[in-house]
Parts: sequence; structure tokens; C-alpha cells
Amino acid sequence: MQHPPARRYRPPAPLGGRRRAQDGSMRRSAKAFGFLAPALIVLGLFVIWPMFSALRLSFTDASGFGEPEWVGLENYAEVFTDPDLLKAVTNTALYTVLFTPTAVLAALGLALLLNSPHLPFRGFFRTALFVPFVVSFAVAAFAWSYLIDPHVGLLNYWLRGMGIQLGNVLQDPQLAMPAVAFVAVWKLFGFYFVIFLAGLQDIPASLYEAARMDGAGPLSRLRHVTLPLLSNTMAFVLVFAMIAALQAFDQIYVMTGGGPYGSTQTLVMEIYESGFRKLELGFASALSYVLLIATLLLSLVQFAFFGRKEKDLA
Amino acid sequence: MSTAASRRRTPRDLRPSTVIATIALLAASAVVLLPIAIIVLTAFKPVAEVNAYPPSLLPDTWTLDNLKTVTSELPFMRLVGNSFVFAGGVTVCALVFDSLAAYALARIDFAGRRLLLVAIIATLMIPFQATLIPLYQLVADLGWVNTYAGLIAPRAADAFGIFFLRQFFLALPRDIDAAARMDGAGEFRIFRSIVLPNAVPALLTLGLFTFVNNWNDLLWPLVFTTDADMGTITSGLTLLTGPSGIVPHGVMMAGSLIAILPLVIAFLFIQRRFIENIATTGLK
Repeated sequence: MQHPPARRYRPPAPLGGRRRAQDGSMRRSAKAFGFLAPALIVLGLFVIWPMFSALRLSFTDASGFGEPEWVGLENYAEVFTDPDLLKAVTNTALYTVLFTPTAVLAALGLALLLNSPHLPFRGFFRTALFVPFVVSFAVAAFAWSYLIDPHVGLLNYWLRGMGIQLGNVLQDPQLAMPAVAFVAVWKLFGFYFVIFLAGLQDIPASLYEAARMDGAGPLSRLRHVTLPLLSNTMAFVLVFAMIAALQAFDQIYVMTGGGPYGSTQTLVMEIYESGFRKLELGFASALSYVLLIATLLLSLVQFAFFGRKEKDLA
Repeated sequence: MSTAASRRRTPRDLRPSTVIATIALLAASAVVLLPIAIIVLTAFKPVAEVNAYPPSLLPDTWTLDNLKTVTSELPFMRLVGNSFVFAGGVTVCALVFDSLAAYALARIDFAGRRLLLVAIIATLMIPFQATLIPLYQLVADLGWVNTYAGLIAPRAADAFGIFFLRQFFLALPRDIDAAARMDGAGEFRIFRSIVLPNAVPALLTLGLFTFVNNWNDLLWPLVFTTDADMGTITSGLTLLTGPSGIVPHGVMMAGSLIAILPLVIAFLFIQRRFIENIATTGLK
């Protein structure tokens, strides 16, 4: 799509002129770093330094009081043996499994529907489905909590009318996790939806024409043209959604506070509780590193994807 | 895309598949918009109706009582003001720092450019939540807890914004600045008077994206502001729920309405371009 930016022509350095060429490149580097300095200072101080600092903390029993002592891998051992902390890890995995496919399939399905020919109100649908993305998780949590309130919740009442008894969802250890995952689907699917829309628009119409000529029906066109050509977009969205799922916190904090009986206690909830309520900074940092490594592994997949796009561009 | 086509639509074109798609999208939109509707409508409902059984969607009588209560329960104007300072401050700083860095990465040919770009993109892999504890300690050591500086500084630049703007700057044709360079214009003048004015759409999109994310953020203001007066509207509202205070649903919805109003209005104004730019983020 893009032409590679032309490299500035650099004449070969004449004998004895090497120094001057070096001066020029030095000057360019100095200028570039002038532009880069503010951003690099912010990223270095507030992203990279804390990352290493958390690693160091995770090997200590730091608690906010007294000198922290080196405890080696004890905190990590605790994360994977203490049933409460282990539960935060498995809960996060469960949340990821509940959230990711639901959000991605809802987004894909609605994008395909929006892409159908001669559809009326297209602009309205696109805006309506994207609106939750600008609403905060906290506000989404208030609204859904009220809608599914066992006594005065409108949604609960309507579903009861249809013969579905939800009961007290947020106090039910079986239903609380699906409920908080559902709120995340509501809030985030619109983002994935518009990414799929962009992906769909990039599929050349001529391919559909050709498929139609060959007698392919709508379902066969979906299977053999649309879905294969969306696979890159799909990979991107999947990784994006999984990373978002690993970081679940806001709506859980508001709706259940990690309960009932710890059934919605996720990694970030646990980091918040152990780090800022109990001041167990060492444990909390070890948990942070579990989150960091999980995110890193997922991001590497995404990075490979970015990297390939990079080569197309630069 | 096919608005022109749909205007030319005749009844004969109403194929069953289109009808089914329309009905499905109407149903999906209704489910998606239900929580927004409940926020707006409950905010204006009298307490008796909010807690009535059976519940109803529309209020019988409209009242401003909930809005009055929520503004007296919390230092409300202060929290909304804090949100504007926090989200606005982060947005302004990030746009300035990100665009400066992106300019160097896209348009100045210097040694180690590629390596630096990779390093910056790599910081995208570090989840904010994982650095929360040392970040809090660092900000506390700087004496910045409960200050705007402490709230804003950690987000004054971000890798995503740098990458996003770099892609945009790369796509701007090179010859527009060649003439200026010939006239002896320095890099900063080219950046300010040629590249930036041409990047307004990208800056607007990134700006709104940054503003929305920070306005809506809960964890950082929650952890960072121990003084209730320094919270944001998003973190302040959560003080109303939880063990310390069970607040009537009507009041919560009134607070929620005020919290989402600025964003929803801003979004509706520039929604088309915003959605398109967000959609292509990182993909093109």
C-alpha cells in the first residue's frame, strides 16, 4: 500500500572526509533525541523502571513496614500452592474462556450482518453497537447490577415473564463470573466489531463476484471467501480480547468485590487486595509478574503480527 | 459504504436475508442500548418508582431529585473537574510528547531508529496493572500522591500513541517538507508548521481515544488518590456503593448519567471518523 520512504542519498565519504559525514549523522541523532527525549523519559521512568522494580520486589517480603528481606522464590511458590492465590489464577483463566469467544463471535456475527447488502439504518446500527465502548466499566457495572437486581431489576423481571429464573445472580457462585464476563462483552465487543467491519471492507468485491460466477451460495461464500480472508483480523482481535480479559478488574470491583466466596477474584483483583489493602507488596508483585508473563506471551503473538505489518510499511 | 445503494432501494430489493439481518440487528441494538436507556430513565424517576414492583422502563413522573441528591452526596463538581483535569491533562501531554517522538521515528534518519522503535513497541506488552505497586511507590517517593502531577505524569506519553502517529506521519508525502528544508527550515519548524497541521485527523482520534480511556479508568485513580477530593468522577461513584454506603439505584443512575454524558456527546459529534480511525488502528 505504502511506498517505502526514500532513504536520503548519502554520497560515499571522500578520503579524509569521513569525519564530516560522521558529524552529520551525529547531528541528526542529536536532533532526533531532542524530539524523543520527553517520551523516552516518561516511558523509562513510569513503565520500564517499575517493571524491573516489581521483579525485584517479587523476590522479597516487602510489606510497607521495615526493611524488605530477600525470600527467593517463596512468593511464587505461594502463588501456585496457596489455594486462594491459585484460585485467582484459575478464575482469571475461566473469565478469559467465558469472555473471549463470546465477545469475538458476537462482534464477528454482527459485523457480518451489518455488511449484508441493501441494509437499512446501517449508520444507526454501527453507532448504537459501538456506544458501550465509550461508557466506563464502572458505569456499565452499576447499570447491569440494577437491571439484574433480584427484587427491582427490569431484566430479571422480563426474564421471569419468559420463564427464566435468574435469582440473585451476583450472590450465586455459579452465575457471578458469567455475569461479570457478560458486562465485559457488552462494553468491549463494539471495538472488535468495528475492527471486523474494517477487515470486511478490505475484501475485494471481485472475489465475491468470482465466487458467485462459480455458483457459490451465501454460506459457501462466507466459508470460502470471507472467513479465510478475515483470518488475520481474527487473530489480531483474539489476542486483543485475551489480553483485555487477563486484566479484568473494574466491573468486578464494583459488582461483586471478588465474591461470592471468592468466585470472581481475578489476578488484578488479588493484586489490588494484597498490594493496597493488606500491603503484602512482595506477594502482589509476584502476582504482577504472573500477569506480566501471561500478557507477554500473548503479546509476542501480536508482535509477530505487528512486525509483519511493519515490513509492509517501512 | 452503500448508503447510496440503500437510497436507490426499491421494495423489490427487500430480500428475506436483508429483513432477517435488519431484525437481528434491531434486537442486538435494543439489548446493547438497554443499560444506557435504564441509566437515563432511572435518573429521572422518583424513589418510589425506582423500587416499585413490577419495575417499569419509563418513569410515570419525572423528577430531578436524584440529580440533586447525588450532587450533595459527593463533592460532585470537584470530581467532574478532576476528571477533566486528569483526562484532559493526560491527553494534551500525550499528544505533544507522542507526536514529537513519532516525528523523529518517522522522518529523521538516525542511527538506531529501528531498534528504538522496536523497544518502544515492546513496552506495549507491559500491562499497566503489573507495574502498579512500584509505580505507586515511585509517585509517593516524588511526593506526588494526591496531586494532579502524580495522576497525569505516568501517562504523559505512551507507546501506542507514538506507534499510531508514526504510522500516520510515514504516510504523509515526503516532498511537502523538501521545499521547507531547502529554505533552511529546521526540523522543529517542519514538524510544527507542516507535519502537525496535516495530521489533525489522527491527532483528534488519538486525543479522543486517550481522553475516553483516562476519563473511564478506575484502577489508577482508585489506588492513587487517598484523598476523596482528588478522585475522578469514575472512582468517586464507586465510593457510593460497597459496604460503606448503599445508595439508592436512582441516585447511582443519576451519577452515572453525569459521568457518561460528556463522552457520549463528544462521541456522537465525531463518531463516524472516530469509528473509522479506531477500526483501522494497527491494522493498516
